[in-house]
Amino acid sequence: MDLISTLRVAFRALARNKLRSALTMLGIIIGVGAVIAMVGIGQGADQTMQQQIANLGSNMLFVSAGSRNLGGLHLGWGATKTLVRDDVAAMVKECPAVAAAAPGAGATAQVVYGNDNWGTRITGTTPEYFDIRTWAFQGGTSFTPDDVTNASNVAVLGDTVRKNLFASTDPVGKTIRVGNLPFMVVGVLVPKGQSPAMNEDQDDIIIVPLTTLQKKITGQTWLRFVMVSARSRSASYAAQQQIEALLRDRHRIREGEDNDFAVRNLADMADLASEASRVTTLVFGSVAGITLLVGGIIIMNVMLVSVTERTREIGIRMAIGATEADVQRQFLIEAVVMSLIGGAIGIVFGVGLSFMISSTFGWPILISGAAIGAAVAVAGAIGIFFGYYPAQKAARLDPIEALRYE
Amino acid sequence: MDARVANSLAAPETQKDRTGQEQVIIQARDIHKIYQLGETQVHALRGVSVEVKQGEFVAIMGASGSGKSTFMNILGCLDKPTSGTYLLEGIDVSQMDKKALAGIRNRKIGFVFQGFNLLARTTALENTELPTLYARIDKAERRRRAMEALNLVGLGDRVDHFPSQLSGGQQQRVAIARALVNRPSILLADEPTGNLDSRTSVEVMEVLQALNRQGLTIILVTHEHDISQFTKRSIVFRDGKIRRDEPVARPADAAEVLKTMPVIEE
Repeated sequence: MDLISTLRVAFRALARNKLRSALTMLGIIIGVGAVIAMVGIGQGADQTMQQQIANLGSNMLFVSAGSRNLGGLHLGWGATKTLVRDDVAAMVKECPAVAAAAPGAGATAQVVYGNDNWGTRITGTTPEYFDIRTWAFQGGTSFTPDDVTNASNVAVLGDTVRKNLFASTDPVGKTIRVGNLPFMVVGVLVPKGQSPAMNEDQDDIIIVPLTTLQKKITGQTWLRFVMVSARSRSASYAAQQQIEALLRDRHRIREGEDNDFAVRNLADMADLASEASRVTTLVFGSVAGITLLVGGIIIMNVMLVSVTERTREIGIRMAIGATEADVQRQFLIEAVVMSLIGGAIGIVFGVGLSFMISSTFGWPILISGAAIGAAVAVAGAIGIFFGYYPAQKAARLDPIEALRYE
Repeated sequence: MDARVANSLAAPETQKDRTGQEQVIIQARDIHKIYQLGETQVHALRGVSVEVKQGEFVAIMGASGSGKSTFMNILGCLDKPTSGTYLLEGIDVSQMDKKALAGIRNRKIGFVFQGFNLLARTTALENTELPTLYARIDKAERRRRAMEALNLVGLGDRVDHFPSQLSGGQQQRVAIARALVNRPSILLADEPTGNLDSRTSVEVMEVLQALNRQGLTIILVTHEHDISQFTKRSIVFRDGKIRRDEPVARPADAAEVLKTMPVIEE
């Protein structure tokens, strides 16, 4: 029998039991839909994470003061006092892969303007910091190197601080109080949102010259961290090695001793995040894939029932000249048609589901043509795989027995 | 019934060979069939030899278990003999593989069953067309042949009816049309009147007689003596052997018999 006639027979047979056919397809519909939605969510999450990491700064490395082992007492990260401004100057001078470096120290403080006050983090740094992190200003500018040298009372505000202290007025040029000290606001940063890595509000911050922070607020001479930008993304690994070697030398750390600092590479973080979301996608996808497997088993079950029910029809067809191959093809095509229709509906369902999730939870969704193509291929393969045995069973029937079947 | 249509459908090109002798269509020689049922062997046929010529109308009779159904299955290429040879139109089909046998059933043999065996929820036309689907015939020709066959059995006006909308006699006539659609060498009818009342039975026999008169070779299995009287030759089976093989002395004419029967209102 030619393919068109076989297809027509298959559609006719499926249309004869509409409810059953629909229920049989349901497994595939849900399976394909789930796979597409899950992979869409996974890929969307990955893309967003990559974008956010890229937003952290180009080719950025993060050197933090390390933990220290003091006579058996482990102190936390940032507890050492060995990371100082001279280290930063040496990095820029002696590490060829380093383009720029900015020292950083921090504190928390209550910030007051007029009748409003707001508790926030204070970071002390140099103007390079804004370039390395590629942070832009919505108003005003950065403080200057002179401000750092002179330990001037100037501050740059994050957007959250601006919102809380200056509802509608322009803060640039206004004076705020940090503790007992007056600071003039010189710039306001563009909002950046939640940090993907630390899960904190990146805009809830004020930034002041390092010297001002150290001398007038904390009284400390050491640094909490150094922000470094490498000359290129590919140079960031070289920069990491050069910084480690330099700091070990400067801090006089002997062979075999632990670092009293840590260098984190954002390229590493991006890879790590990518790996994490890949694993998540794989796990979700596999769970959805199991649904697809169940869908296939349902098809096989229904096809087996159908073969038994239509034993007499098979006998008639064989008596009037259908070969085993004809009968096998007929049932195989029925199974494949069912799984492909299920797959097609599943794609629509999956894409719809993705958009629903996306708009309800605000998650970004990335639906790729490859995922859809794979879904169709898998649905077809399931039809063939799970339709094969029932079709084989039909083809192997003895026509005499089949004709006698009641 | 249109005689020209009937002729073109029912009669193969070579009704008689060049010498004018009637062609032998079926030649079964010393057919044995043994079924293995677990430990026991059932000897269903014990050496059956039959020859059927072009244009014959044969009734095969016998009690159940006599071997007539087994013999019919072998004639219809649904089953193979354990030993012996079966030549259909001079070709040995007794040792052909399943695929080749399916082809023979499709092109050389038309089946009519006791239970009609039409596909449900499928129109008369589509049921009739079914064998042509397996014969690589193009669509227009398929339709044309199916229409012809339905006209031949007098159902040209019921082509779009489903089996459930047809009477038993009409269903059996659709089955006959289906059996004829690929222009087979023989028509095998297995108790074709077994499910029908007596008047409808005679009506079906009238159709078969008309086809036979056009040259179609028909072999019919029945256990009803009355039905065998409409054929020209009767073969009686008992215990796996042919007990009697003789011409029917004076075949009844179904059309004449119908005139004497009361019409039952449906």
